Amino acid sequence: MLVKEIVEKLNLKVFSSKDGLDREVKGGYTSDLLSDVMGYSKEGQIWITLQTHKNIMAIATLKDLAAVILVKGFEPEADTLEAANSEGIPVLGSDLEAFELSGILFNTLK
Amino acid sequence: MIKADLHIHTVLSPCGDIEMTPAFIITKAKESGLGIIGITDHNSTLQCAEIKRIGEKEGVFVLCGAEVTTKEEVHVLAFVDGQENLEKLQDYLTEHLPKISNNVGFFGYQLVVNEKEEIIKEEEYLLISAIDQSIEQVESFVHSLGGIFIPAHIDKRQNSVLSQLGFLPHGLKIDALELTKHTNIDTFTSQNSYLKKYSIIKSSDAHFPGDFGDIYTNLNIDLPSFNAIKEALTNNTLQL
Repeated sequence: MLVKEIVEKLNLKVFSSKDGLDREVKGGYTSDLLSDVMGYSKEGQIWITLQTHKNIMAIATLKDLAAVILVKGFEPEADTLEAANSEGIPVLGSDLEAFELSGILFNTLK
Repeated sequence: MIKADLHIHTVLSPCGDIEMTPAFIITKAKESGLGIIGITDHNSTLQCAEIKRIGEKEGVFVLCGAEVTTKEEVHVLAFVDGQENLEKLQDYLTEHLPKISNNVGFFGYQLVVNEKEEIIKEEEYLLISAIDQSIEQVESFVHSLGGIFIPAHIDKRQNSVLSQLGFLPHGLKIDALELTKHTNIDTFTSQNSYLKKYSIIKSSDAHFPGDFGDIYTNLNIDLPSFNAIKEALTNNTLQL
């Protein structure tokens, strides 16, 4: 499934990098510890988190993640958006909490 | 060389033992040969002035500040010079700390006490919450006051800049990094070679009377002062 299909199905807000919406999503990973995501997420996963710091984009690039979804209506910092655009990895947003969003994403990708 | 332990909690921290009073901390520091101590309660500076006052009588130099929990739940040590700057730091923390009441039975007391161990104030709001400011915002505020900014216990698996943010954010201006007593500095810097250029201190992060006295960093200074300490950190004239 592509990022843009997930955006549509989960009704997500696209904060930045429209270029990356055609990336393929191979799974999901939910965590707020960036060290954990750096260690355990896998290429092509879509990452659900409440962290908005610019380092999320560095981790997403390093691990070649499909996109990042911010939960609970959180908005990315300005430098996070800048990094998202230059790396071509979309930062998305949802008003749902991580538990709900993970459940929906899990069922969508099943 | 002066022995410095820059990370000590007091009875004001909910997790700080009831015996970590100003008079006790100074007595223990003096007995242990610590010439410089940093008072770093969670998100509050309110116990510092009294400890500094006692320290001045007893010959222990007290660095005043706090262990701030940033929005990303990273713990950082922040120190400033002089009462006026300390009040500015306190106002900043008060403004940005969420108003969540402390559950004393669960978290513990948050008390400001004097030399005679009389209770001066009981802090109402839970001090171990995260403030609503990013690590960059805290750093730039502390440095706007001419302060010292040190990411705390960066080798810990929780509440450290490395656990929360994966690596040290690019462009963050730091005066030193802190390691816990459990980690060997050479092993650590060989595994994280990009951190080699920073000065690294070891502190106790003491919450209980038995936690401190034997963990310190040697600062290559003759007379302790805020500026001498800041200079020793930034010029990396330290010995572990």
